[in-house]
Amino acid sequence: MNDATSDVMTDARVPLLEARAVSRLFPVRGSGGLFRAKQMQRAVDQVSVAIHPGEVLALVGESGSGKTTLGRMLLGLTAPSEGAVLYKGQDIAARAGDAARTFRREVQVVFQDTGGSLNPRRPIGQSVALPLRHNLGLDERTSMREVDALLDQVGLPPAHFRSRLPHELSGGQRQRVGIARALASKPSVIIADEPVSALDVSVRAQILKLMFELHREKQLAYLFITHDLGVVRAMADRVMVMHQGRVVETGAADTVLNTPAHAYTRQLLAATPVPDPSRQQR
Amino acid sequence: MNVAATVGTPFQRAPFLKLLLRKGSTWAALAFIAALVLAAVLAPWVVAHDPLRGGNDALLAPLAAGHWLGTDDLGRDVWARVVFGARISLTIGIASALFAVVVGVVIGALAGYFGGWIDALLMRVAEFFQTLPRFVVALIVIALFGTSVLKMIVVIAAISWPQLARVVRASVATLAQSQFVDAARVAGMGHAAIIAREILPNAAAPIIVLGSLDIAMAILIEASLSFFGLGDANHVSWGAMLNDAQQYLRSAWWMSVFPGLAIALTVLAFNLLGDALNDALNPRGAAR
Amino acid sequence: MTATLLDIRKLSVDIARGRRALRVVNDVSLTVEPGEAVGLVGESGSGKSMTAFAVMNLFPSPLARVAAGQVVLNGQDLTSLPADALRRVRGAQVGMVFQDPTSYLDPLMPVGRQIAEPLRAHGRTDGIDARVLELLDLMELPQAVAVARKYPHELSGGMRQRILIAAALAMKPALLIADEPTTALDVTVQAGILKLLTKLRRELQLGILLITHDLAVVAETCQRVNVMYAGQIIEADAVGPLFKAPRHPYTQGLLASILSPASRAHSLFSIPGGVPIAGQWPSGCRFHPRCPIARPGVCDVLAPELVARGSGADRCHLGGEAVAADAWRTEARSGTRP
Repeated sequence: MNDATSDVMTDARVPLLEARAVSRLFPVRGSGGLFRAKQMQRAVDQVSVAIHPGEVLALVGESGSGKTTLGRMLLGLTAPSEGAVLYKGQDIAARAGDAARTFRREVQVVFQDTGGSLNPRRPIGQSVALPLRHNLGLDERTSMREVDALLDQVGLPPAHFRSRLPHELSGGQRQRVGIARALASKPSVIIADEPVSALDVSVRAQILKLMFELHREKQLAYLFITHDLGVVRAMADRVMVMHQGRVVETGAADTVLNTPAHAYTRQLLAATPVPDPSRQQR
Repeated sequence: MNVAATVGTPFQRAPFLKLLLRKGSTWAALAFIAALVLAAVLAPWVVAHDPLRGGNDALLAPLAAGHWLGTDDLGRDVWARVVFGARISLTIGIASALFAVVVGVVIGALAGYFGGWIDALLMRVAEFFQTLPRFVVALIVIALFGTSVLKMIVVIAAISWPQLARVVRASVATLAQSQFVDAARVAGMGHAAIIAREILPNAAAPIIVLGSLDIAMAILIEASLSFFGLGDANHVSWGAMLNDAQQYLRSAWWMSVFPGLAIALTVLAFNLLGDALNDALNPRGAAR
Repeated sequence: MTATLLDIRKLSVDIARGRRALRVVNDVSLTVEPGEAVGLVGESGSGKSMTAFAVMNLFPSPLARVAAGQVVLNGQDLTSLPADALRRVRGAQVGMVFQDPTSYLDPLMPVGRQIAEPLRAHGRTDGIDARVLELLDLMELPQAVAVARKYPHELSGGMRQRILIAAALAMKPALLIADEPTTALDVTVQAGILKLLTKLRRELQLGILLITHDLAVVAETCQRVNVMYAGQIIEADAVGPLFKAPRHPYTQGLLASILSPASRAHSLFSIPGGVPIAGQWPSGCRFHPRCPIARPGVCDVLAPELVARGSGADRCHLGGEAVAADAWRTEARSGTRP
């Protein structure tokens, strides 16, 4: 059932969010001239990925692997140069009106907390309210009630937090706000781009546990984009390994991490430091 | 667990006003501008004579009876003319700066946010306006279309908006790459809403600073134009006063010194205000 | 028996805040021997970076300063040196590399010249080119002559960090301070840099003070480790004993938080609460609000001292007691608030 070297997972379930042979090209700076065509580089090269309802898929790679670009294409933030992204079977570029709004509502994102994912001038309650106001079209009063409920759900007492500015919160708290915002329009899939990499070690597990509980409660599907194999082990059902724009290995998380088939995956596993001093080189 | 104890960072933002009013020079500048505005608004009650009507007491030195700043060659009270001149300077200065800000922000924001051919087109337009020699253009426009306060405002605004547009474009282009803008898009916000509510408030600092500096620049340009006789003759203007004073530089020094001082101090005050706003709005300054 | 290379004694660092001062590093003592890698581990707000900056008195903010204590390098107290004498020490006796290699390299200068800068700054005039090539070889960069001519943007992140390490070691200092040297790099690149640091430590008898938040990195590269929390060292030990039997509940919690092959989402461990904000530290033991075995009347009132126990030391009132040996398991496994 599981062909580790093919790019597409054959599966009986209907995929929720899917990329079919997508590529993202960008011109190489300095190439090309008056009579020469500009050279194009492929940040993402003919990649196919499918996320099924309720599953947790991890997208693993280092810098330059194209994982963030692929995430942006799946969110509809960047248009693919080749191929198509489909949501519930329909090309998102072709969606219009209600169908487009449905996509916007049901596919949400949690960014890495670098301080840039929340508007620095908005109280966080208002940032969480944005999807409620725009994706769901709720009015002010209803939105604020929903915001309180969401903040409660992620462990931030609303009375205290709803009017705080982002810089007044710790990294872990900001990430909870990001999760609350992602949950606001009741999505069916959340794309999490390095959700815990910028957080303190003692706080990472708190956020991952929160995300896992939400996944279980609401049957949320996740796409975890990460370079941290520990996160993959803890959270993912399936994993896709990317290297320089292409998928090099894909399969069930346990299988890939315990018996990696591709040399690059093995390299990644070998390079990950292990908290065991007895393994130090002599 | 005490939640309150976990909220906060070591760097709380210092209140804006406290930062703004840190230096003594800022206080002086604000006080001067406030006094100027008050005097301009309450002009008829602050002066004793009609600024446009001359009399027989021509070329009286300052501290003469009833004319504490003296009179000019036509017997008009210098103090009255300075105060009424403030009306013109402030009106034209602030109005044209506002006009330039509105145009500059709209064009700069569109160029910075959308990029591509929109950006190229708008920036070519801005460059066109920037390459026009300011003074010559003002001269031509007024020579062709006559002069009035409104025309002055339009001309000065047309000269000033490109610089603002460039700065806004740069700020907006940078901010448009931010993740919170991506998040706003994923939240369903449209382009207009994102520009107006997410991006521009964060780009406000350079706009405010440039705006206040533009006021100073506009006042200078207006004075220069009036000096060359291009101003509206129905209104008193400091520049026009300087023009009149040319022949009397040595014999009646008060005709040139007081309007000149008025121009210099006003421009200085707005420049100091612009500097202070820059310091107060600069994020690094706020993290103390 | 060789003399201690670096001896930090009761160091305190203050940051000026208006009229008051915030003590972000409180009474920290640690040593580094020649040829030894010592880890300084902590999370944000622990004061680990400030401690590292204090060695060379090179704080990123003019508001920070060494408020108390001494930094003794090769028998010389750096805190009592005048500015020009300290400048002679920097680069020559101690080198430093930082987290993001890109921001520490001049984009407009070929990297060979940037490696040569410390040599020139310390008055060396000949043999510079040869030394640069020698350093590039030591950093295992192939085609040293070609690399020396390149600009930073033409090199990968890992190569840039190697350039910075080369520059730091140009004058053959005995001590290298590395502040999160691999945090900004990919994991495969990180492995290479860590291996390089180990090789340099062995071949050059280089003492390394490695500041990091990643305990796994410490396990792979260091011989001894100091754990910092809220400005203080709360545990210090050789790596083996620390990883096998940590004494302080915070260290135990940190180790338990590391995601391992056995981790699964439903049973992930996390220390409840968050790191306290500088200046608003809890009374008594700074960790007590988050501690599973905190004893009321003791831990929230008395500030614990660093006490030597076994092969290391720890700062816990209950450090010697059995209950502290596995503090988190003694707390009933109730649904811990995330």
